[in-house]
This record gives sequence, structure tokens and C-alpha cells, in this order.
Amino acid sequence: MADAVLDVADRSVTKSAAAHSRKHRGPGRWFILGLVSLGLLATLFPFFLTIINAIKTSAEYASSGPLALPRGIDMVQLQKYWDLSDFGRKLLNSAIISSCVAVFGVILSTLNAYAIGIGKVKGSRAILVILLLGIMVPQESIVYPLYYMAKAVGIYDTQLAVIIVFSVIQSAFGTYLLSSVLSSFPREIIEAADIDGASRWQVLWYVVVPVLRPTLMVIGTFFFIWTWNEFLIPLVLLVSNNNQTVSLAMGLTRGQNLSDPVLQAAASLLGIAPTIIFFLIFQRTLTRGVAVGSVK
Amino acid sequence: MAVADGTYAQHRRGYYLYLVPGAIGFTLIVLIPQIANFFLSFTAWKGVGTPRWIGLQNYQKLLADDQFWGSMIHTLMFIVSMTIIPVAIGVVLASLLFDYIRDQFGERLSNLFRAGFYLPQILPITTAGVLWGWILSPLGVANIVLKAIGLAPLAQNWIGDATWALPSVSLMIVWIQVGYCLVVFMAGLSRIDPSLYEAAQLDGAGWWQRLFSITIPMLAPEIFVVTLTTLIAALKLFAPVFVLTAAGPDNATMVPSYLTYYHFFTTQRVGYGAAIAVVQMILTVGLAVIFLRFQARQQVTE
Repeated sequence: MADAVLDVADRSVTKSAAAHSRKHRGPGRWFILGLVSLGLLATLFPFFLTIINAIKTSAEYASSGPLALPRGIDMVQLQKYWDLSDFGRKLLNSAIISSCVAVFGVILSTLNAYAIGIGKVKGSRAILVILLLGIMVPQESIVYPLYYMAKAVGIYDTQLAVIIVFSVIQSAFGTYLLSSVLSSFPREIIEAADIDGASRWQVLWYVVVPVLRPTLMVIGTFFFIWTWNEFLIPLVLLVSNNNQTVSLAMGLTRGQNLSDPVLQAAASLLGIAPTIIFFLIFQRTLTRGVAVGSVK
Repeated sequence: MAVADGTYAQHRRGYYLYLVPGAIGFTLIVLIPQIANFFLSFTAWKGVGTPRWIGLQNYQKLLADDQFWGSMIHTLMFIVSMTIIPVAIGVVLASLLFDYIRDQFGERLSNLFRAGFYLPQILPITTAGVLWGWILSPLGVANIVLKAIGLAPLAQNWIGDATWALPSVSLMIVWIQVGYCLVVFMAGLSRIDPSLYEAAQLDGAGWWQRLFSITIPMLAPEIFVVTLTTLIAALKLFAPVFVLTAAGPDNATMVPSYLTYYHFFTTQRVGYGAAIAVVQMILTVGLAVIFLRFQARQQVTE
């Protein structure tokens, strides 16, 4: 099946090459477009289902099923899940934790990467390898000691504990990325600043950071979303309802016996909504952002 | 550099200060817990009181633990949905979007597609779990659709049946992972010189040939990075299983991370849980080292 499709692409492109043009107007291109569109529809279908069902009444769902379009907008189930899970509070918790991690994570990453990428301190490579291993190893192998330590120092079940843990974990990744970006930072600029008598701190703050700002924004955005989505460590460190995050509330819905399918759809819609909002705001940053490593 | 050697060394030393906050954080949050976990794996401990040293007993028990071996086999199965399928789909899709849709229909449309495929990737996995749990429940959408198109006998209790639970979780994982591969591959493609494609086209190379002779070789670094990161993620798989199946039914979707969590916080056999985490850690580090070496070699040959 896939082969046949690709053959179509093959032939059509060959023809266009013969015409010495990248543009080609034939039925083949619509076929490919249709195929990719079908893939996209399949990917987005679950989102569509959630939206159309979350705004139905339970009676409507029971009578016409999940595939029928809603007859109107009914917010009862959304409201019900919002109240049931104290969703406003969860949103606030997630926003606080993720924002703090984004800021502290970026600061830590920048400081580390400055020493490694620009300072080329001895053992840079070893440091990077250790950091990389540190973030690659499963969180399971640090979670119990972290749980114990948090209890010992009295920050168990506080957002502070989660913020500290993720600022460090995310910054290990940020350091890795930023160091490679900074190692190709034009030396002439640094040397010029040196000759002008700028201190190391001034070089970092007035030369490196302004140039890096777009990359730092991308990394910060990623830290924010990754932290928003984290599950295991918040699950272990945040027990009380008042401190939990959106991701955690979602993960625990299975235990909450949401027998009503519309209520389930409402829960997923509320879980999806913040993501869609970030996505609309940061779409370009996000989809482009993975290329940060290759920024020159 | 014009600065004399001695001064330069001194000059460089000043940069160490900038590593201090990161070093303290990393030591407290990653290194010490890692070492502590390693030591705990040689003890029997309920989480309170003093851990009792029992040597290798936890590891000996692991070797005979069917639940543990089952979790390892499931991890291998999850590599298919975490790495193999998404990388394959990602390469073909990235190439179609970059080398075909973008040329024929413009960059805007290709970006729109990329964004759409990426959407599941930024969803909290737990939310994806609620969503798919709802779709795959016995009275859920999946079965209703099957019945509607006349395939009623194929309807299953997707996540409640031991045969179907793992493929069902895998389906959700593929849905999540494709976007990640696609975005990384498209970023990689954008640094390929377009004249390479044009030259190949002039030489009469079709899309399929260009895929194998230009796209895949040029994407080797990205394929490497994505394979590395997704394999490691497969070893740590936790949230999808926690949310969709809680490792059930009857351990059919048990994975090492869930088993660790279960022993830490349900059976309170902390030492035993720590031993499983150590095995996971060693496997991950092993994998990471292989890949780091591979990467270093690649840089040399470049």
C-alpha cells in the first residue's frame, strides 16, 4: 500500500524533474496531500471526539452516542469536573511550579553553559557526560531518596520541593544544549569585550545573554511544558489535593471512578485546554525549537 | 590567543565559579539520591528505621521474579511503539512534508501539518491517558465505531483484556511519539542544502530514491538522537501504564518503573524496589554509553 503511494510520488516527481521544475501539477500530488491529510485527521480525531462529547448532556450521549455532533453546548459536566477536582487550584499550582522551573532552570543552564561553552573549563566533556547520564537515568532510581530527603528537611508535600528538583533536572538538559550552542559562539566578540575590559560577568550579561535570548526563550518554554507534564516525581512528592498539578489530577482520575463517559470527556477536555493554549501561543517556538542545538 | 599561558590558565579558572550553583544542585538532587538508591538496593528496608544490609539477596530474588522478567519483556515490546514505528513514520512523513508537500503546496501548509502531528506530543501523558482510556473503554468510542462499520465481532475490552492491553497502550504511545520524531527530522532536513535535492532530481532520482540516498543519510545524526532518547524513554515508561492500566490486567502491562513504584510505595519493600531501579539505571547508562561512543566516532569521521 505505502509502496504504491510512494511510486506515484516517485513518477510524478521524476516527470517534474524532466521538466526542470520543482512544481508539478498532476493528480499524484493530490493523492499524497490526501494521504497526509488523512494521517493528520486520524491524529486529531481523539481531540475532536473529546470536544464534541464534553459539551453534551449525559442524556444526549446515551441516546445518540459519542460520534454524533452535539445539539448544543452544555457546560454541566465541565463544571462538575472542575468542582470535583478543584481544577482552578490545580491550574494555579501547575502554573506556579512550571514558571519557577522555567526561570530557575534557564538561569542554572546559562551559568553552567557559560563555564563550559565559553570558559572551556577543564573537564568540560566529563561534566557534560555526567549531566547527560544524570538526566538519562530513570527518575525511579532517585525518587525514593528524594522522597525521604524532602521529608527529612520538611519540604515534603510542598511545591518548593518539586520546583527545586525539576530546576536541577531540566537544567542538566539545558546545560547540554546551551554548551554546544555556546561552544560555537564567535570568539572575536568575547575577545573584543575582554580587550575593552569587560569582566566575565559583564560578558555573560551584556554580550552572551542578549545574543542567546531567543534560544533561552525556547529552552524556557520547553522547561515550562515538560514540567507541566511531569508525573512521577509530583506523584510522589505532592500528596495533598491542594498542592497537586493538572498532570497529577489527570493521572489520578482513574481512581476517582468517573463512571459517566461525558464526565470523562469533560475531564480530558479540561486537561487538554491549557496545552492547546500553550500550543497556540508557542506553536512556532515549539515546532522549531528542537533545532536549538543546531543554532549557529 | 595573545594572552600568556599562565594568565590564560588563571583566566579560565575564574569560570569555575559559574559552575558552583549547578554543581550543588546536581549533587543534592541527582548524585546523592542515586548513590543512596544504590546502597538501598543491598538492604532490606521498610522506609522507616535503619536499613538492614542483606548483600545481594534483592538481586538474587529479582532473578527468580516472574513479575520482573515479565516487565523486562514488556519493555522490549514497548520499544516497538516508542522507537521503531514512530521513527519509521517520522522519517517518511518528514520527507513527504519537506520534500514534497512544501514544494508542491507551499511552506504554510507543510508547517500546519507539522504542527498538527506534533500536538499529542505536548499533551500531558496523563491527559492522553484519560482521553484514550475513555476511547478504549468497553462502551467507548473504539467499540462503537467498530460496531458502526459492521465489525462488531472485533470489539474488545481493549484495556481490560490481558491480550489487548499492551497493544492498546502501544497505540496511544505511537500517537504521542510520531510528532516528536517528525519535528526533529524536519529540523534536520532544513539544514540540508536544497541544491542536493535539485541535483538528484535532475539526475532523475525519484522521491523514494532521494529518501534512501539523501534524506536518511543526511538525517543520520537526528535519527541517532531520536533513537537514543526514545529507547531510554521506553526503559522508563511509567505514566501511560499508570494511567491506562495500572500495570494490569494480571500484570499484562507491568513495566520496570511501575514495579519499582509498586514496591516503594505499596509493598514498602524499598530495598527490593531500589534493586529494580538499579537494574534500570545500569541498562540506561549502558545504552547511553554505547550511543555517546557512536556519536563521538561520528564526529571524528566528519
